[in-house]
Amino acid sequence: MSLDKATVARVATLARIKLPDADLEKMAGELQIIMAWIEQLGEVDTSDVAPMSSVVAHVLSQRVDQVTDGGYADAVTRNAADRIQLGDGAFFVVPKVIE
Amino acid sequence: MIIDGKTGPWEIVIGLEVHAQVISKAKLFSGASTEFGAEPNAQVSFVDAGFPGMLPVINRACVEQAVKTGLGLNATINEVSVFDRKNYFYPDLPAGYQISQYKQPIVGEGHLDIDLPGGETRRIGIERLHLEQDAGKSIHDQHPQKTYIDLNRAGVALMEIVSKPELRSPEEAGAYMRKMRALVRYLGTCDGNMEEGSLRCDANVSVRRPGEGLGTRCELKNINSIRFVMQAIEYEARRQVDVLEDGGTIRQETRLFDSAKGVTRPMRSKEHAHDYRYFPDPDLLPLVLDRSWIEEVRANLPELPDAKKARFVADYKLTPYDASVLVAEKENAEFFEVVATGRKDPKLAANWVIVELFGALNRLGRDIATSPVSAAHLAGLLDLIENDTISGRIAKDVFGFMVETGKDAATIVAERGLRQVTDSGAIEAAIDKVVAENAAKVAEYRSGKQALFGWFVGQVMKSTGGKANPASVNEILRKKLAG
Repeated sequence: MSLDKATVARVATLARIKLPDADLEKMAGELQIIMAWIEQLGEVDTSDVAPMSSVVAHVLSQRVDQVTDGGYADAVTRNAADRIQLGDGAFFVVPKVIE
Repeated sequence: MIIDGKTGPWEIVIGLEVHAQVISKAKLFSGASTEFGAEPNAQVSFVDAGFPGMLPVINRACVEQAVKTGLGLNATINEVSVFDRKNYFYPDLPAGYQISQYKQPIVGEGHLDIDLPGGETRRIGIERLHLEQDAGKSIHDQHPQKTYIDLNRAGVALMEIVSKPELRSPEEAGAYMRKMRALVRYLGTCDGNMEEGSLRCDANVSVRRPGEGLGTRCELKNINSIRFVMQAIEYEARRQVDVLEDGGTIRQETRLFDSAKGVTRPMRSKEHAHDYRYFPDPDLLPLVLDRSWIEEVRANLPELPDAKKARFVADYKLTPYDASVLVAEKENAEFFEVVATGRKDPKLAANWVIVELFGALNRLGRDIATSPVSAAHLAGLLDLIENDTISGRIAKDVFGFMVETGKDAATIVAERGLRQVTDSGAIEAAIDKVVAENAAKVAEYRSGKQALFGWFVGQVMKSTGGKANPASVNEILRKKLAG
């Protein structure tokens, strides 16, 4: 698989990483090397190996349906860039996003 | 439904994605409360707020609710399912991804039988049901330049239920939503409250020439009432036909339904919005269900709408249509059974519940839970009809007083002296009076104008205040008129 500059720019946008045009070429080269390592895995014959979703041989632990958390709007919003208190609660405040 | 375009007929193809909020005390992956209406961000844990280092732990009750719903949809339950991250950026999604299920959902294919007018049913295929987290809520109207974010809903469990593209009209889409709502309410897996947003849907709509392959579809987002689902589909299908007939092409896009104007319009297209880069969530192991546990859940399912409808048709001899009306809401079905149980003529009970009671509730803007007439009181009224204490006509007046006062039928009949006159002497006297006062009409009747019989019955009923037993009146009147 080869990576062109347009693909790299798109991936950067999806990840919300600001990447100046001047850096696209260099980044494409670096990512290309990483992709080549990953593609090496394709050389292993896995035709009779079941797909693996996890490397841990455990079952998913489950919680019982009880309210055990929450009730600290202040702590949750404390690090927000902007917030507004309302009664015992508080909103995060962000630049207007409207559809 | 076929749309008649300028250039010929078009068929509508609809698939629905229903989002149903799971009934549980705590969220899908955290111990924060799911209760509606709390102070902003008061029901948010650090897991829900996407704080670094916090790990999700699945709520087993939510898993059981999804399995129950899957069984109610006659669907395959997958013993192994996987949670994935669906990546996108939006302020009400603090982690930058939604935990959802992509390639291996908890529930596979099934079906839902929808009830159509006239008592027919149609089977609609279900593609899948998966568990995912709800997002938070954005509030846009509190500040001119800012959006307020409340994460109380973030992390609440949702079931996304996807139908196959087998619905063919707005009416079928409406019937599908009604049936889905009834099913989850019977199961107790979702409260079905569309106003509060616990049940909402997206509609995929396309049109095609009958018999041809699928056309390009548009997705109508976040519709929160059954009426709007039908309106949105109707408008969208017509719009697509107009575009195609004018030589245009349909662009695959997401559109919003503007309920105030009754139109759909394209969403400002988010760049690369559909590139969600799903991958298995490394914080969560696959969800493995025990076959015997699934069977235990199946064995404990309550009676569901279709089974109840079949039983009403078999046991109470109702028409399929009446039965489907009664079972649409669990509470209505329960009310009906109290009224109908042990009755000679359960069909009478069905008519009274559907026509008189639902009519009255409609006028009052109430539902069955706040009905001024209880099931026991309505049963009491029907007892009075069946044992000839009052006639069916007087019963309607009594019912009116019951709605007004909340009193039981026997009390109203006694207070107002509405007991039916079955004493044939009294009826005969009333008839004699009518016959004597209307000699001309009697002559007409006897000379062959049989249609006047009804008029005489009316006069007798009027003179007895409607209290005469109709069968006795008919019998005696016929004899008297015969001369």
